[in-house]
Amino acid sequence: MLKENELNIGDTHTSTLVEDLKRTQIVQYAGASGDYNPLHTDEVFTTQIAGYPSVFAHGMLSMGLTGTMLTNYVGDGALKKYGVRFTNQVWPGDTLKSTTTITAIRDQDGERVIDLEIVTTNQNDVAVVTGNATAKIES
Amino acid sequence: MAVDKFLIEASHIMMFARSVGDSNPIYHDEEYAKNTELGGIIPPPTFVQSSAQFDPEYFLRPKVGGDGWFGSGKEATGSKPSAGSGGGGGAAMGLHAEQHFEYHLPVRAGDILSATTKPGKTWEKESKRAGKLKFSESVTEYRNQNGELVITATGVGVQTERVVDS
Repeated sequence: MLKENELNIGDTHTSTLVEDLKRTQIVQYAGASGDYNPLHTDEVFTTQIAGYPSVFAHGMLSMGLTGTMLTNYVGDGALKKYGVRFTNQVWPGDTLKSTTTITAIRDQDGERVIDLEIVTTNQNDVAVVTGNATAKIES
Repeated sequence: MAVDKFLIEASHIMMFARSVGDSNPIYHDEEYAKNTELGGIIPPPTFVQSSAQFDPEYFLRPKVGGDGWFGSGKEATGSKPSAGSGGGGGAAMGLHAEQHFEYHLPVRAGDILSATTKPGKTWEKESKRAGKLKFSESVTEYRNQNGELVITATGVGVQTERVVDS
């Protein structure tokens, strides 16, 4: 868990989530999450029937990858809240980077917490996920 | 979505963590996890989305035998899934626009959760890229074996007029 005396508003943490996202990782996520929507794994259906240029990642895969960055930063079991908007699709071959920034250090229900802003971008610096989180810290 | 028994299992957690690129031992190494403050393996923050595995009616999973599945086999097929079923977002409501989790109490491997979903707000917006956007919210409450609320998940789905090709 993060320690309050080592934190300042405006602190950031950045990490690369995935380089050259593989279709197989999307398949892995489909299998683990149980969301087998063919838009994510079935190139034939997705291009010929749904009209997309290729399969694309589940929004929840982008959120899960971003969550890995987040829990690596705030520690295990520290999150109180985590929410995102899916602002652009993530395609096979994408490289994603995520940054989180401390926007507040405050009290909540008798605990010390930080509020975080999150943005995950692709190799073209386009945001694919934006969001917020709140995490417990040690006072 | 209503799920009576969502078994939080260590092997499922391990597979889920791998799929989101997370090698943290808290998700797969029981010995390591036991010696942390958390006292055992915990799921990653977005794990409860996989409660779909325990929803007998989940329509984004091919039924045993594959009947009625809309993905490709010999043909590209294409019957579109019906809107409104399923929980948490995904294609149940068109595209997944937003997802929010609130963590009330810890969840650990070995817990047995149940989930109930209620519809939330709905609203509309015009977009240059995709035409008229219809948003709808669904709120899923996850409770543990003691009946305690552990996680609230709010999904926002969007139905677009046109295919979004960013």
